[in-house]
Amino acid sequence: MKKSSPKIEQSYNDYIKTLKKEKRLVLFYQLLIFIVFFSIWELLSRQEWIDPLIFSSPAKIVSLLFHKVQDGSIFSHAGFTIYETILGFVLGTLCGTLLAAFLWWFPMASRVLDPYLVILNAMPKVALGPILIVVLGPGFSSIIAMGAVISIIITTIVIYTSFRGVDPNYLKVLETFGASRYVCFKEAVLPASFPAIISTLKVNVGLSWVGVIVGEFLVSQQGLGYLIIYGFQVFNFTLVLMSLLIIAIIATIMYQLVDYLEKKIIKS
Amino acid sequence: MSFLSVQKISHTYFTKKMSKTALQDIQLEIEEGQFVSFLGPSGCGKSTLLSIIAGLLKPTNGEILLEGKTLVSGRDHVIGYMLQQDYLFPWKTIEENILLGLKILNRLTPDSKEKVTRLLKDIGLEGTESQYPRQLSGGMKQRAALVRTLAAEPKILMLDEPFSALDFQTKLKLEDLVWSTLKSFSKTAILVTHDIGEAIAMSDVIHLFGTNPGHIVKTVEVTKELRKLTPFNARNHRDYSALFQTVWKELESLEKIIPED
Ligand SMILES: Nc1ncnc2c1ncn2[C@@H]1O[C@H](COP(=O)(O)OP(=O)(O)O)[C@@H](O)[C@H]1O
Ligand SMILES: [Mg+2]
Repeated sequence: MKKSSPKIEQSYNDYIKTLKKEKRLVLFYQLLIFIVFFSIWELLSRQEWIDPLIFSSPAKIVSLLFHKVQDGSIFSHAGFTIYETILGFVLGTLCGTLLAAFLWWFPMASRVLDPYLVILNAMPKVALGPILIVVLGPGFSSIIAMGAVISIIITTIVIYTSFRGVDPNYLKVLETFGASRYVCFKEAVLPASFPAIISTLKVNVGLSWVGVIVGEFLVSQQGLGYLIIYGFQVFNFTLVLMSLLIIAIIATIMYQLVDYLEKKIIKS
Repeated sequence: MSFLSVQKISHTYFTKKMSKTALQDIQLEIEEGQFVSFLGPSGCGKSTLLSIIAGLLKPTNGEILLEGKTLVSGRDHVIGYMLQQDYLFPWKTIEENILLGLKILNRLTPDSKEKVTRLLKDIGLEGTESQYPRQLSGGMKQRAALVRTLAAEPKILMLDEPFSALDFQTKLKLEDLVWSTLKSFSKTAILVTHDIGEAIAMSDVIHLFGTNPGHIVKTVEVTKELRKLTPFNARNHRDYSALFQTVWKELESLEKIIPED
């Protein structure tokens, strides 16, 4: 930094201090909301102002979680769901990208398929659940398929749009070197769309959670979705809420990881 | 037989709403090693003509002969193309960018690579090999784009307003650099521009284009003295202002005859 007058330096320091102060204030309120929310929940439940059978209480949830961690069963359920979700969104993104590449390669096909894509995109994909289960059997493959199917079409549409949006002058440069369509795709279209692909990845993480949880509702063998539906059936809402909490935490971590990946890749 | 011959080229664009004749009966000859400019207002089909000569666009009528043979496409790479912006690939390093042509043409050897590296050095970009385009200034990027184009050793070079996005000083410097680089390789070149001064300073022959539809109005030869000078020195020569006046009047009279649409 250049040497500036003491007066400017002073106000700069003040400015930094204000920024820090604001940051601390925000963090304080965030923590406050957290504590107040769970305290009130605990209080209401203990005083039975809300039905503890339905709304459980933070203490009960934590003690159940502790119990499940001790016997290790929560890890197998969570691991199963995480595995399915990752597979689902990777598969969804991959297939969506491949489909987009196909559409780019055959412009005629993209025109023919356009209305079908619109319909498929508008359709709520989880409604396909029963059909998937009939076709793939009530197990692992159906759940993964749900996790993937839910994101394929939207991925295709977003990435195809990005393929189409690549500046034609980049292709012109390549064509003057006699580049084939494949080379144009590999050297310009695909790398230029990389940011778009990564950002669909972020959206797809969220979508895949929906697909996988619904899949587990339907198939009901193991996983966090299974715990929710099981807890519901035996009227153990502590179990339901605990599973929900775990899902929220893991989904956030996963999203942050992809977000981190995005920043890292886009930077380089 | 001249080096490049443009024979009765016409081109009409068709869109859903209309058809637009961009070029009509373009006839011209270019000799080997010549520097030719297409000068005219925007929309008169200059870029279209370049795309046709480069084999990137099939004309509605007419043909292009290079050394007496019909030009089919850019397949054997005889044409180099430089655009208004550098269009360096931002995710590739400068080195990867300038070697791209050779790589696509399957002509990347240690020998050819060394040649290109030397060219990069000659053009004043030594040490930028591992940098990314965004780390370079506009003028440097345009120079790197020139290296990329020359790397594939095209027989003829097309420059589509390559200096128009640059500030004036950079533009003057680059004009000199491009001019002397091309002269040293005795490259045949076509420059598209709407800048009268640039056309006079750089070229041997200027074709003036008119609009609606694009056609050649007049062909002006640049005087022998001016041709020998670098663009910067040419701009200071006595003949320059005289020629500028001539071309200016010619373009003025065009505007009077053909009203804007
Ligand atoms: N792909 C296209 N489709 C339809 N019209 C076009 C297309 N490209 C250019 N034109 C039209 O052709 C005319 C000539 O364009 P262009 O060659 O770009 O002119 P210039 O380079 O001299 O500015 C313009 O009127 C333009 O609108
Ligand atoms: Mg143009």
